[in-house]
Amino acid sequence: MKYVDEFRDPALIGHAADEIRRLAAIDRQFRIMEVCGGHTHAIYRFGLHELLPSNVELIHGPGCPVCVLPMGRMDAGLSLALEHGAIFTSFGDVMRVPGRNGTPLQHMARGVDVRMVYSPLDALEIARRHPSRHVVFFAIGFETTAPSTALTIVRARALGVPNFSVLSNHVTILPAIKAVLDSPDMRLDGFIGPGHVSTVIGSRPYQFIARHYRKPVVVTGFEPLDLLQGIAMLLRQLREGRAEVENQYARVVSDNGNQPALRALDQVFELRTFFEWRGLGFISQSALKIRAEYAQWDAERRFDVPAIDVADPVAAQCGEVLKGVLKPSQCKLFARECTPERPVGALMVSSEGACAAYYSHL
Amino acid sequence: MLRTTVTFSDPQIEMAHGAGGKATRRLVDTLLAPLLLGIEDRPLGDAAFLDLGRQQIAMTADTFVVRPLTFAGGSIGTLAVHGTVNDLAVSAAVPKALLVTFVLEAGLPGRVLEAEVRAMAEAARNAGVLIVGGDTKVVEHGKADGMYVTTAGVGVADPRAQLSSAAVRAGDRILLSGHIGDHGITVLLARGQLTLDAELRSDTRSVWPLVDRLLDAAGAGVRWMRDPTRGGVATALKELALDTGLGVALEEERIPVRDEVRGVCEILGLDPLHIANEGQFMAVLAPEYAEPALAALRAMPGGEAAAIIGEVRQSPAGGVMASSSYGTSRVVDMLVGDPLPRIC
Repeated sequence: MKYVDEFRDPALIGHAADEIRRLAAIDRQFRIMEVCGGHTHAIYRFGLHELLPSNVELIHGPGCPVCVLPMGRMDAGLSLALEHGAIFTSFGDVMRVPGRNGTPLQHMARGVDVRMVYSPLDALEIARRHPSRHVVFFAIGFETTAPSTALTIVRARALGVPNFSVLSNHVTILPAIKAVLDSPDMRLDGFIGPGHVSTVIGSRPYQFIARHYRKPVVVTGFEPLDLLQGIAMLLRQLREGRAEVENQYARVVSDNGNQPALRALDQVFELRTFFEWRGLGFISQSALKIRAEYAQWDAERRFDVPAIDVADPVAAQCGEVLKGVLKPSQCKLFARECTPERPVGALMVSSEGACAAYYSHL
Repeated sequence: MLRTTVTFSDPQIEMAHGAGGKATRRLVDTLLAPLLLGIEDRPLGDAAFLDLGRQQIAMTADTFVVRPLTFAGGSIGTLAVHGTVNDLAVSAAVPKALLVTFVLEAGLPGRVLEAEVRAMAEAARNAGVLIVGGDTKVVEHGKADGMYVTTAGVGVADPRAQLSSAAVRAGDRILLSGHIGDHGITVLLARGQLTLDAELRSDTRSVWPLVDRLLDAAGAGVRWMRDPTRGGVATALKELALDTGLGVALEEERIPVRDEVRGVCEILGLDPLHIANEGQFMAVLAPEYAEPALAALRAMPGGEAAAIIGEVRQSPAGGVMASSSYGTSRVVDMLVGDPLPRIC
């Protein structure tokens, strides 16, 4: 299969793994964070950690949208269905995220109208088919999915669909990386830059990591060979004392990103003053809210969406895992109270969460 | 002695309880089996056997709730016949007869029902089983997705094989009859919620002709069989590992998966090992029988893609591992809940 098999070729993977071993053959530890949950998932699905020497350590970053969603937002979204009779729509990943009274799937089992969609446009289509019902799209994701939400809102306005709104939980990746870099227990040597987010924002926005924090970044794809090449490029920079932004994923990612997508984001969204991230706390300028011009399609403005503050279970150590201080298996709840079937912490919910990846593949 | 220790504590039934993975197993093991069967110990097979004098009769039951009712390569009617026949076949029972029950929704067009009944009659004829009776109920509009079908199947134990997961040994080989994932992905695409298209057809078919050939060629060496329906190959093999306390080692590149299925799974973040099949089976074979069994299956129409995909090992006890062509390995687990597409 094109674009897949050539990146899983045993001989090429063997070469890349040899190169990593050669570059890492000095007496020091290399601590590399893969920012994106898609990378975490790929590393364990493909077993790539087995190919790395023991002094190359992968730390799993905050780039899993489901994992960083505070439980209170889940409750706020479900309240639109419970209290306002709206049809709750969202992506598959969201369906297993617990609120205080259960997941969307569990609400569905109790008769609440919850529907999984593959695209926000599908949610808009549901609204057009059910003009007497309100349909809310529970929007989640980084810059990867935010443009499709933006374009859906633009279309809702163009078509004049009155019974549709979006509860935006969109977040942006750069403030999260900055929060990790500013964390006092930060001991990272470099970053595997997110692949999908970068198709939208480009590789240029990561320059501050190289310039200001002196940490190398390599924007990387998701196939086994991509990830190994990305790691080798990071090791080479570290060995040569460089801190630059490099692009391993040039077949998809450009320096300046996808301009139409960025324009759509700017047209519909503006930055929130601050937003809560599960495990990381409040981060300023880190999330997207819908601009006033589109207020009619903004669930937060149309409904009295409660600001629900739900503390994470004390025993769950999601924050430490998210910042790379703890390995998932070092959390007290891991694989005991907290499993993919009955997740306590959000990192166990999505298959991109570090804990779920550990649980499923290790 | 009837043992009735019920440990089922799930507060409500959710879709996951019907998805064939962990929740389904918990429902069966901790509620249904202890109360209805009086057994808490695995293994439970795809069919039950009753000793009737000189003959051993196999019985199985199945229910079909499919949306949409028809899809490329099959429909609820053909699935109902094949699914039931296949449960008998992989229990090493010659499929003989079916009972068929319809739950129909008021408003179902008569021609839709007729088409399904015709499809069932033809599928039964082709599979060599008789439909000997059944029942019909009608429920209010909006309560049954058009129609549900429930079947009961009866077969006769085939003396060529003695299946028992207790007989499975480290070193045994795992044989798979053909390409996986065709059915699940076809139905997913037929729902029309994805703007994805692929030239795919459900693999729904009776596997009895292939099983029959396998039993001829290697009956004495066949220790276990299963059709990897809901939950896919991963779930069936994880159950094998749990039931035997042995490990399963898969070689991922040996598992036949069409590019169309791989492509859809890559895009949606699904694992082909978790996708349902309706026309495949897996067998555990004593090592010396593996090659003759494979050759026999590959010589059959519909068995060309059969493959030895792995073997049974001492460890990991109760676990399934898949190794890649580039020297890494991963744990393969049962399906948790329904397969949900990932977003990024």
